Parts: sequence; structure tokens; C-alpha cells
Amino acid sequence: MSGDFVISQTDKRPIYLQIMEQIKQRVAVGDWTEGQAIPSIRQLAVDLQVSVITVKRAYLELEREGVIITQQGKGSQVASNPGLGMRLQEQELENHLEHAARLADLLGIRPKELEERLRQAYDRRTENEKEQV
Amino acid sequence: MSDLAIELSGVGKTYPFFTLDKIHLRLPHGQIMGLIGPNGAGKSTTIRILMGLVQQECGEVRVLGHRMPAEQVAAKWDIGFASEDMRLYDGMTLEWHMNFIRSIYPGWDASYAQVLLKRFGLRAEQKIKGLSHGQRVKATLLLVLARRPKLLVLDEPTTGLDPVARHEILRELTAVMTDEGRSVLFSSHNTQDVEQISDQITFIDRGRIIDSMDKESYLDRWRRFRLEVPSGVQLPFLPGIIGIRQEGRLAVATSNAFDSDMAIAYESSGARVKAIETMTLEEIFVANVERSREEVEA
Repeated sequence: MSGDFVISQTDKRPIYLQIMEQIKQRVAVGDWTEGQAIPSIRQLAVDLQVSVITVKRAYLELEREGVIITQQGKGSQVASNPGLGMRLQEQELENHLEHAARLADLLGIRPKELEERLRQAYDRRTENEKEQV
Repeated sequence: MSDLAIELSGVGKTYPFFTLDKIHLRLPHGQIMGLIGPNGAGKSTTIRILMGLVQQECGEVRVLGHRMPAEQVAAKWDIGFASEDMRLYDGMTLEWHMNFIRSIYPGWDASYAQVLLKRFGLRAEQKIKGLSHGQRVKATLLLVLARRPKLLVLDEPTTGLDPVARHEILRELTAVMTDEGRSVLFSSHNTQDVEQISDQITFIDRGRIIDSMDKESYLDRWRRFRLEVPSGVQLPFLPGIIGIRQEGRLAVATSNAFDSDMAIAYESSGARVKAIETMTLEEIFVANVERSREEVEA
């Protein structure tokens, strides 16, 4: 069940963050459902060929965020939380916004202009939807 | 038995041009430790001492609970050791070597040996003298891995291997971790390998251990600040910042004891924090060695 994880070495982020993100994606799209048992820390480490301590860190942070729960001796499972999917998407939106802000800063685009362009993007999308209807 | 696979306390050794400076090292069971450092840093000396191949002048060495070098015969049943300078018999086949090891070590796993043969793309009937460098390395590792030892000690296991072979080796090393009772210590120049598979990182330079701790905490301590420094603003000296490079209005500061308060301190000095970046082990390696070289020159 972890065959399609990808740990990228060109991705500048730490490996534990990449693991966290990919688990969240699985939960967000519903591949991993509430209450479902997920691989043990050691098993995922072996599957992904990364260190145990890295997967342990990813699981700890996911637990802190309420995405999974780990029970002593029973392993880990996806937390049962109805608002979870939405919160994960919320988080993803937050990440995209941060990324956009960073790029804008790099390109010397001021916040006002960025706001305007975000509005334009939004308008384009709603127009497309109208056309489809 | 103690919960440490390896324990070195105050271990020292002096050579004419090199001193191993009373080092301390601890590796818990069930973990992988990567030993990194530049050429001539003392990685191989450390490994030889803990294998009982070289005797330390001071300090205590315990491997799997055995005192070294005194109890090395008992210890070596459970240790698998491989290094570059290990010799195989040129005129004999790999199969001959496999049978030889099997006759000595009762733990030899013949079916795992067959799996490894296939995975490493080796042929048992081939004579050692016909093998390439990479094939020899893989043959040596096969002979060690198939014994399923409690502790694997590997000196530069991935040096000189092509990417596919390297990948295979890393895969077998992480597979060892399926069993919580087994441990691995390996040295490498390849920081990417160490960053990927190690639980513990030990950084060694010129006979001294600069850092030794769990990898996640270690990587977490290092950050790079990208700063914009308006003219007239002087960057403050902050403890935990080990280097600052500045050209014109842009500066890069490196920290090995990151704290988010540092960003606040820079901002309140009048500088702008453009980015706070995590660092790869490779970048940390270079920063660490440069710093320790500067300390010596100063």
C-alpha cells in the first residue's frame, strides 16, 4: 500500500515532510479511509528505503495534526474525524498561498498586485464554469 | 545485554601524522548509523578499532556487549564486516566462497544468499578474478549479509558503485531494519546515502567527533538565512550563527543551533529575512568542514 510513495532527492524539503504530505494526500483523496490501519513505522521505512527515525518523525507530526493515531502495540491508523478531509485541503490551500507569496516576493511583485492577480485567476475560473454550464 | 550495539568511551590512538582524539560513540540496537567525514578524518581507524583490528591506546570499546579487542573472537560470530581492502581468493568462484562462509557460520541463510545473487546480478560459478570492482564489492556484501549478523559494519559500502548497485545495497541495508534487534554502522562519502537511510549521524573530522546524534534532530538544527541588509545596517552577532557571507546588500547566514528568535533578532536590527531554508546533509558537511578548517587557521 506504500508502493506509490515517491521520495525525491531534488525536492529540497526534508524527507519527513515529503512522507507527511504523501500520507495527507492519500487521506485527502480518500485512498486511506478513516480508521484504516496504515503501515507500521518500521515497515514503511523499509518500503521507502529511508531511516526508521525519519518515518517516526513523520508519524509523530501527523499524530500531532490529528491525521493519524498511534496506539502502543496496535500500530497506526487514520484518525476518525469527519472534518479531517476539509482541514487537509485547508492546509494545502495555505501551502499554495505561501508558495505564491514567496514567488511574488522573489519577482518583486507587491501584495496589492498579487491580490489583483489572484482575483483575476478566480474570475477566469468562474467564467469557465459558467461556459461549461 | 546492554541496549547498545556499539559503545566507545574515550578511545584514542596516535599515529605519526594522525591522532584519534578520545572519541565517544554510542549506537543503540535496531538503528543505522552513518559515519561521515572527509578523507583521512579517522573513519576507517574508528572502524578498525571497533572491529579489534587495531588496538586503541586508551579508552574502552564494547561491541554487542563484548570488550574489544580482548573478546573479539566471541564478538565476531555476530558481526558482519566488509571493507574495501578485504580480499577474496582470485582463483576461486563466488560459490566456493559462499560454501566456505557457510561452513563457518551456522547462521548462513542459503535462500537469502540466492535472492541476493539475483538482486546483485552475480553468478555463483564465476571466478573472483573475472569480476569488476562493483561486482567484487557486491560479492563481499553478499557474503556478509547472508550470514544475517546482529551487527553490520561496512567501510564505504557504496563507493565506486553504479547508481543501480548503490540502490540495491541501500535497499538491503534498510531491509535489515525489519528486525529490531539488528544494527548497522557504515561509513560513506556519499552524504545522500547517509541522509536517506541513517537513524544516527556521526560526523568526524581530523580525529575528532564533531557531532553525533539522531539524524532528525541534527538536520533540524541547521538553517540558512537569506537576508537583505540595507546600507548602514550592521548584522548583529548572534550565538549559534557559525558563518555569514555578505556581498552588497545580500547576506547568507548559517546556523547550527537554529532558533526562530534569530529571525526576529535580524529583523529588529533593520535587516530583512528573505528566506529561512533547511539544509541538506551535503551542505551541512561542507559548512562543518569549512568551519573546522577556519578554526585551525585562526
